[in-house]
Amino acid sequence: MADELAIEARGLRKSYGDVCALDGVDLQAPPGTVLGLLGPNGAGKTTAVRILTTLLPPDGGSAHVAGLDVVREAATLRGRIGLAGQYAAVDENLTGAENLEMVGRLYHLPKGEPRARAADLLERFDLTGAADRLVRTYSGGMRRRLDLAAALVAYPPVLFLDEPTTGLDPRSRLGLWETIEARVEEGTTVLLTTQYLDEADRLADRISVIDRGRVIAAGSSDELKDQVGGEWLDITLESKEDAEIAAAALEQVAAERPAMTDGVLRMQIHKRQGAIAEAVRRLDEVGIGIDDVAMRRPTLDDVFLTLTGHAAEEAEANGDGAGDRDPGSVEERVR
Amino acid sequence: MKGLSYALSDTLVLAKRSLLRIPRAPDLLISFTVQPIIFVLLFAYVFGGAIDTPGYSYIDFLMPGIIVQTMSFGGFVTALGLSEDLRKGLVDRFRSLPMSRGALLAGRTVADVVTNSVSIAIMLAVGVIAGFGFDAPLAHIVAGILLLLLFGYAFSWVFAFVGLTSSSPEAAQALGFIVIFPLTFVSSAFVPVESMPGALQTFAEINPITIVVDAMRHLFLGAEVGDNTVWAAVAWSIGITIVFAALSVNRYKRAVVR
Repeated sequence: MADELAIEARGLRKSYGDVCALDGVDLQAPPGTVLGLLGPNGAGKTTAVRILTTLLPPDGGSAHVAGLDVVREAATLRGRIGLAGQYAAVDENLTGAENLEMVGRLYHLPKGEPRARAADLLERFDLTGAADRLVRTYSGGMRRRLDLAAALVAYPPVLFLDEPTTGLDPRSRLGLWETIEARVEEGTTVLLTTQYLDEADRLADRISVIDRGRVIAAGSSDELKDQVGGEWLDITLESKEDAEIAAAALEQVAAERPAMTDGVLRMQIHKRQGAIAEAVRRLDEVGIGIDDVAMRRPTLDDVFLTLTGHAAEEAEANGDGAGDRDPGSVEERVR
Repeated sequence: MKGLSYALSDTLVLAKRSLLRIPRAPDLLISFTVQPIIFVLLFAYVFGGAIDTPGYSYIDFLMPGIIVQTMSFGGFVTALGLSEDLRKGLVDRFRSLPMSRGALLAGRTVADVVTNSVSIAIMLAVGVIAGFGFDAPLAHIVAGILLLLLFGYAFSWVFAFVGLTSSSPEAAQALGFIVIFPLTFVSSAFVPVESMPGALQTFAEINPITIVVDAMRHLFLGAEVGDNTVWAAVAWSIGITIVFAALSVNRYKRAVVR
């Protein structure tokens, strides 16, 4: 099995002192696919990535990446993976081109190749204009792109991306997604960790939801969403007394009979397209006034609430601030 | 053999990276250029008149001592740099690459040899202007400069370990200075050991800094020292290098931050 899967972990365990970070984690990714690891901070995502990228030995279990054992064949494996961590791990006092060339030399690429690949990647990541500028003059988005470019210097068959878009503005985020998709089309296998369901939704073929060191659900994005309940409309009526009539009017087009929650009529829908127009039309037909209609999608919190019975923030409170991208909190990665 | 040639080329790639930083972030430049000049001038002219150094003018007595002290501090750049590399996630990146396990540390410490050479040249120039004169054969003087670089290299590895074990660059620097300041002052670097009170004198006599400073006085000024002082200084330097290189590489492999 090990040589058919690009990433395969069985029963991975890791503790830091009394804190159990991974408690028997299984992961699988066939070649050329994206595996999303979804979970809040402190769930164990980064620990899993650190073990799979040979940075950390597991306490128990085994893992193979690109057919190589992450412990026994670590040295060989390092030549076949790329890692982009939670921080832009690039040298601020080198230029963008120098950073990529340095990484290329350290991958022991043939002579001339580091420079050629640096130029190629800078162009692909839209950094050619900044190639000879010191990285300390780069914006956050540019650093992240350079960091991802550095992970790709060896054209590795397996790529690990630990929360690649955390802290990025929406435009940079979209750009990074497109880059990752392009790599996958070329056959790269990607393991991606994220706190955002929409990111996993867009990029991942399969998602493993991880919480407190365990995989609590795994499947395609659609399968997970089905477990959470899919999308719904929150409809605020002008008069709450109309709730029964409204529910009856909407029942035919809803996934199940709408119900009042917190004074808002909640209507599960089958599909997104046209759902709002349909609901408004039907309520209008029976003469019910609407204050507000909002399309709601399951969030990470909903996934968590459904799968674990506790909200994601609870777990987060034990970990570290969600938006905290201060590289000062190294402890998070090594706890 | 391939492993060895990779280790060498990886080290050079990373030494170059460390050296490129210096002209680009010139704040550090002050510590290898201006700081040694100020130290020489302060000691020579402020303490010079008050310290009795039988057989030598104070500037002659001072120069070997103050250069050794500067060498012992030179490696703080390694501590600072490694601490930053850890904090910014660069150590993780390097550890995930197929590069040699000791290359990041060796690269940084080798870069220190270059900056230490600059410091030595500047200090000797200032010393000569202030009245310092060599009194030894050229071969001894050259051997003395090599000993200084070897000793500085040993302390770069001490700082490498400090940089990998402390929680921030500031902590690394503070820790380094707390250890090295007393070590250099309670030695023969600035005053004759005989002038110290009993307990300090005992410590100063076994202090490796004293051994290296005495060896330097022999190599630069032809001072009378014990038969094996120069070899003892070399042995100390190599011993410190081996111990701290082993500790540091082990620490790097695990990259346990705290």
